[in-house]
Amino acid sequence: MNDSFAVMIIVATIASGIRLATPFLLASLGEALGQRSGVLNLGVDGVMLLGAFGAYYMVLQTNNLYYGLLVGIGLGLIIGLFYAFITLNLRAEQGVSGIGIYLFGLGMSDLLFQKFVGTPRPILPFMPLDIPVLSGLPIVGEMLFQHSIIVYIAFALVPVMSFVLHRTTYGLNIRAIGENPEAADSLGVSVMATRYSAIIIGNGLAGLAGAALAIELGIFQQNLTNAMGFIAIALVYFGAWSPKGVMIGSLVFGLVQAIVLQCKTFGVIPRSASDLAAMAPAIITILALVVVAKRFKQPAALTKPYVRGG
Amino acid sequence: MRGITKKFPGVLASDNVDFDVRAGEVHTLLGENGAGKSTLMKILYGLYQQDEGEILLHGKPVQLTSPANAIAHGIGMIHQHFMLVPTLTVAENVSLGLKSTRGALTDLKTVSRRITELSKTFGLHVYPDEHVWKLSVGERQRVEIIKALYRDASILILDEPTAVLTPSEVDDIFVIFRRLAEDGRGLVFISHKLKEVLDLSDKITVLRHGRVTGDTTPAKSDRHDLAQMMVGREVKLAPDKHEVETGVPLLVIEDLYVDGDRGRHAVQGLNLEVKSGEILGIAGISGNGQRELAEAIAGLRTPQSGKITINGQDTTASKPAKIRKVGLSYVPEERMKDGAVGDFDVKENLILLNHNSEPFCKNGLLNFREICSHSEKLVKEYAVKTPSIDATTKNLSGGNIQKLIMARELSAGPKVLLASQPTRGVDIGAAEYIHERISQQRQRGTASVVISEDLDEVMALSDRIAVMFDGKIMGIINQEDATRESIGLMMTGEEQEAASV
Repeated sequence: MNDSFAVMIIVATIASGIRLATPFLLASLGEALGQRSGVLNLGVDGVMLLGAFGAYYMVLQTNNLYYGLLVGIGLGLIIGLFYAFITLNLRAEQGVSGIGIYLFGLGMSDLLFQKFVGTPRPILPFMPLDIPVLSGLPIVGEMLFQHSIIVYIAFALVPVMSFVLHRTTYGLNIRAIGENPEAADSLGVSVMATRYSAIIIGNGLAGLAGAALAIELGIFQQNLTNAMGFIAIALVYFGAWSPKGVMIGSLVFGLVQAIVLQCKTFGVIPRSASDLAAMAPAIITILALVVVAKRFKQPAALTKPYVRGG
Repeated sequence: MRGITKKFPGVLASDNVDFDVRAGEVHTLLGENGAGKSTLMKILYGLYQQDEGEILLHGKPVQLTSPANAIAHGIGMIHQHFMLVPTLTVAENVSLGLKSTRGALTDLKTVSRRITELSKTFGLHVYPDEHVWKLSVGERQRVEIIKALYRDASILILDEPTAVLTPSEVDDIFVIFRRLAEDGRGLVFISHKLKEVLDLSDKITVLRHGRVTGDTTPAKSDRHDLAQMMVGREVKLAPDKHEVETGVPLLVIEDLYVDGDRGRHAVQGLNLEVKSGEILGIAGISGNGQRELAEAIAGLRTPQSGKITINGQDTTASKPAKIRKVGLSYVPEERMKDGAVGDFDVKENLILLNHNSEPFCKNGLLNFREICSHSEKLVKEYAVKTPSIDATTKNLSGGNIQKLIMARELSAGPKVLLASQPTRGVDIGAAEYIHERISQQRQRGTASVVISEDLDEVMALSDRIAVMFDGKIMGIINQEDATRESIGLMMTGEEQEAASV
């Protein structure tokens, strides 16, 4: 009896860890793609906020969660286009312009929320989509195969992105341009077009991450993401710019969050220490970064604008 | 290429230049930095567009608007700075930018097979699955050649391909170049190294200030003729040498260990002794500890162990200011980073050594009258070409900045002169002048150390030549006994005993 209760708790914690990891995973996959092409985007959190609000508002209006996801992606793509223009054409300093995007997203999403919604009204999240047969498996079924569709999408993107990066000419171009854009240019690969596409797709994923978050929580409020976008950037370094590494990082982060939540629920952590406990994921991330990230080298051309003959 | 003209703001980089290359020949473009060689080739490779003139390929006029376009026309370029992605494999590097037979998917198997074939045909020894970062400089260059061959280049532009190679690697690559020419390709060889130009070329075109100043062949010209065409006047390739009695050792280095920026021990147990009135040349490929050695002597890098003595005083790990006081003058490798302040004007750079002491400074205030008269004197004495002593230093040419640094350092009256790559990137005229000045230090009784990658420079200047490899001195030879071969062998790590026999 006691044992089966413990198992239940553990299964539920892991399942919720996977759910919590999803927005991180989407956002950091997008960021990893951009960084592999040599462009740093510190504005992920702002893009997520706009995506989150857009999705939330769309669902409020239409009651269609899929429309919400599409709006999230769409907003991400538009900001991506804008960010690509200022970093690639105008060659703005990437560290600073990314912060600009973040502040824009933070302020704009709140402004739109105040103007068009005002008092928060909840929306219904996705129903879990049980995978036939597999979801019926004991333990594993509940842990892995009773999630909402967005969770499956996010995790399916991991092998997809690995495949694109390593098996397609487009992926080869991205990897080459992130390391030595001159070499790629000298062989007739368009640095501009490749970076544009990587940034736009990356931001689209960030928008999707925001939409996923808003729909999962069923609500929007000011600064809903609470700096999740910045964690996602850290996870890219933690994951050594590989989709698999980023996935592992996101899972660790999601699980730690789930464990902290669970502990709070059961009163393992006294209320006085709950703020400290909330910091645990961030602290663990920083420690992991210090230990792990030093061993890997970032793309050599990261944050460096490319000018032919320059 | 006919009547090619290209203007940049303020300069005519290429002025009505005619140039042609035929199948089966090596045609050299010779000229100093800024003579317009690179501009001309960048036009041919589609990186720049000419303002006037036309390019004919196989007799037909073509518009080359981008590198991709040039490649499609069978033009390949081996860049001076390799255009390779170190994190990718050889096959990935080669396939970059190519249309894959499998559509959006890469087709590394086909590419690898073809690379192996080409490698066998031309004796390149390139292996498709290796990561480029693991390859030596010579191997990387052969990957570049494969890249061009893979794209069926019928014209190959070789932009200073020997700049980073050891003498024996140069011999090997020349054999390959010859083979490529015999195979019916046209090779354009860009260089300013006279000996190599004479060794390899069928035809030579000399450029100066964007104009063709001579067309010749190796049979008709020797090094002096070429140098004269490049510079436009008589040039001395080696400074005159007066017999000088060497005196007491002024620089002594004992069992020195210095750490590099990455990893340990860039200099490993090095011993050297340089006497008054002699010039010791240190030859070797960059990155074998020369920079760390120079910085340790100058006090910019703390040695891990060992001892440096300058003019009888232990200066190991002393502060640079103290080492300078003991009598060291230092001409650093990176003149714009460590040698001069680009945004300062000429007179400010000229007094940087003693701006803190009289007569240039009194009670904490700069004495501009003294500074100006001193600077005027030095600028004249060292033939620094500058509009005035108030000109901003970074606007001068590399050669003139180097002369300015020499003026400052030599006017301090050094006991020990340490000059690192003194003429790298400097035109022949200025190099000739700098060599003359260093050579004169022998009569003053200075102990000079010249660190250089340029073997000709080391051999022309030095009384003794030390060869550095992997942080150690492989051997020291007297100038009379030195040959390119013996030094070249030591540069690749052969000990002297084996090399000098």
